Amino acid sequence: MNPEVNHKVVREIASHPFFHGMSREFVETIAVEGEERLFVADDMIASEGGEADVLYLVLEGKVALELEAADRPPITVQTVGPGELVGWSWLVPPHRWRFNVRALKRTRLVALDGGIIRRTLHARPDWGFEFMVRFMPLLAERLENTRIQLLDIYGR
Amino acid sequence: MVELKVGDRRVLGRGDFPAFFAALRDAGYDVIGPTIHDGAIVYDRLTRVEDLPIGWTDRQGPGKYRLERRGDQALFGYNVGPFTWKKFLYPPRERLWTAYRDGDAFSIEPEPVDGPPLAFLGMRACELAGVRVTDRVFQGGPVADPGYSARRSRLLRIAVECGEAGANCFCVSMGTGPGVGADVDLVLTEILEPGPHRFLLRVGSPAGAEVLARVPLTPAEPTDGQIAEAIVERTAGSMGRTMNTEGIRDLLRNNLEHPRWDNVAKRCLACTNCTMVCPTCFCSTQEEVPDLDVSKVERWRRWDSCFNLAFTELHGSSVRKSGLSRYRQWLTHKLGTWNDQFGSSGCVGCGRCITWCPVGIDLTEEVAAIRKSPGATAAAATKGGSP
Amino acid sequence: MAVSTLPDPASPADAGHPLAPIPYVVRAVATETPDIVTLTLVPRSTKRTGPFRPGQFNMLYAFGVGESAISISGGSPDGQLIHTVQSLGKVSNALTRLTPGDTVGVRGPYGRGWPVAEAKGRDLVIVAGGLGLPPLRPALYEIFRNREAYGRVEIIDGARTPKNLVFYDEVQGWRRRSDLRVQVTVDSAGRDWYGDVGVVTTRIPDARFDPERTTAFVCGPEIMMKLTAQALVARKVPAETIFLSMERNMKCAIGFCGHCQYQSSFICRDGPVLRYSAVQTLLNLKEV
Repeated sequence: MNPEVNHKVVREIASHPFFHGMSREFVETIAVEGEERLFVADDMIASEGGEADVLYLVLEGKVALELEAADRPPITVQTVGPGELVGWSWLVPPHRWRFNVRALKRTRLVALDGGIIRRTLHARPDWGFEFMVRFMPLLAERLENTRIQLLDIYGR
Repeated sequence: MVELKVGDRRVLGRGDFPAFFAALRDAGYDVIGPTIHDGAIVYDRLTRVEDLPIGWTDRQGPGKYRLERRGDQALFGYNVGPFTWKKFLYPPRERLWTAYRDGDAFSIEPEPVDGPPLAFLGMRACELAGVRVTDRVFQGGPVADPGYSARRSRLLRIAVECGEAGANCFCVSMGTGPGVGADVDLVLTEILEPGPHRFLLRVGSPAGAEVLARVPLTPAEPTDGQIAEAIVERTAGSMGRTMNTEGIRDLLRNNLEHPRWDNVAKRCLACTNCTMVCPTCFCSTQEEVPDLDVSKVERWRRWDSCFNLAFTELHGSSVRKSGLSRYRQWLTHKLGTWNDQFGSSGCVGCGRCITWCPVGIDLTEEVAAIRKSPGATAAAATKGGSP
Repeated sequence: MAVSTLPDPASPADAGHPLAPIPYVVRAVATETPDIVTLTLVPRSTKRTGPFRPGQFNMLYAFGVGESAISISGGSPDGQLIHTVQSLGKVSNALTRLTPGDTVGVRGPYGRGWPVAEAKGRDLVIVAGGLGLPPLRPALYEIFRNREAYGRVEIIDGARTPKNLVFYDEVQGWRRRSDLRVQVTVDSAGRDWYGDVGVVTTRIPDARFDPERTTAFVCGPEIMMKLTAQALVARKVPAETIFLSMERNMKCAIGFCGHCQYQSSFICRDGPVLRYSAVQTLLNLKEV
């Protein structure tokens, strides 16, 4: 077992729904440099335009994904809670956050290094494929939910 | 004079028809019957026998109607015109109530329901069925319509069996005619030959028997009955149209996306004629009619049609915008979902919707087209369509 | 018909023309959102409408303007009625402009409501979207009164933005109850909103219920109800135990005018609450 590995972080990753059943070796590989982070309400976790090198796993609490424009107040378009993930900009160049991430209450996250995950996925296409197979449905679901929001389903 | 009983048969000579007509008026009935107006045989208040379309008939086809002289002096020698009896039981416009303003408040006075009892003279078998259908609509639910019920409760139904079928008739397919059943007050069969011009008369109810008390009648010979039966049989055998109604409710329910709807929608003008001439179409809207200073407001009910765009208006937009959806609603309701709602078809086979459709859409043809290729979908039609 | 096991409509009110409204006085007007008000009505005289069941509606009449079908959002045995109205057309616009002391006409109650009794012994998922909460409110209070008769109760309330949420203070009160789980979610919000953001369907996967023994009441615009029902079915709730409250143009509310037909159903008489299994296919068709 890799001595650099933070065993608590490995445990948190392995028990997160997204990583259920993925290989222990993969989890331990991406857990390097991983750490648990704690935020309280209104803490900014990430800011739009900032360097995006982190994948967050929400363990408890709730975060808001905000869009911001200079001439108007920020708008929350989605909230993310326990068992969900935040951030895919680490996977997509130019690796900049496309929204703010703000804590809405006391929130506990695991932060994983985006560069390490990227390199791991390249180095081990079998892991990479498994990861993308799990990741794509999340993106599809978010896109679908955004589409439903566009439908303005409460409008008359 | 021997009192007549339900089921009794008598012969009424043509010469005594005025006495029969007078008896109806003497009994206090407003006699409504066929008369010629604006080139059509319509139903209206009659004051004398000569108001009847004596010696006239109607020639019909899809989108076609014209009157023609008959070679005889038949009183009821036509089929059905643009009017239905519905007009008199359920008027095209009816005041329901009046509201009066009183400061911050208002009070509401329902419209009194009155008027003389009506005698419908010359109802066809399909039209009797039509009234049975509207009875279920307006009286069959938990609440009865007061106006309809009041007029209906005092109605005398005098049927005349059809001596011939029209080109758009299909009452045989709908099981509504041409013979008249027991649910009626009086039934006449007009006999032009052999023998003198006369009517075989059958008593259907005590109210029917009552009006005959002072009418000169002669006993019916067995041959009169045979002649009348032959007339009805001949009519039944010469229907202008047929419709296969087997499983029609499910056929339509399972074909709501059939390409035929698109086909018929391209022809349909959504003019509402079919719903206005239909003896069973019952849809209505309500109108608020205030006087100038809005101290008094009248609430009117007016016939409406599922072909009107505003019919399904909901929060500023209509649910059924396309002509396709509106024709589909009309036909699937009339022939299909009506069965679920009221336990019978909404169609009685009178053919009026075919005659009065300006582009001659024939519902029997539309049903046949769907039956010919059930389960076909609009998508399949697009793929297989012409370039 | 599939809806035959829903509660029967209450017996019609006494004499008079069935289409003639009964005068009521506006006792209070509460502003819910800029275009939604909640009216408290009391009978003007001894004449009043019959007792209502949760999910039923009344026809409200604005003098000189016309009538509109409005669901009943509350009431009391002494004849008080609560109606929440959104200004969406000529009549509802007039209704939202009423002030205390004004007279409004009422006739009803009409339709089949939520099968509150049938759902006893089961888990309940109650999903409201936009103005979907008012028609569910009487059902919720009936459930609260017999809380022990039901299993878990999950309430999901969604709106476009926080300011579009109706009965918000009341919903906040429900959140404090330990015998309910309440999720409130909006499509978008500012920084003053610490609740969930996302469409109601995103809250279904989190909802706590045993699908086999769950009854769902869903109320809101048709598209919202369709998507919610699909999300519930995805969680294995049978279509037969999901109930939706349908809406169509309505003139008479007693099955005479034909306007509210939805294929076999008259929404006024057979609905407004219908089983999802009975309308599932139709919801996927356009312009029914």
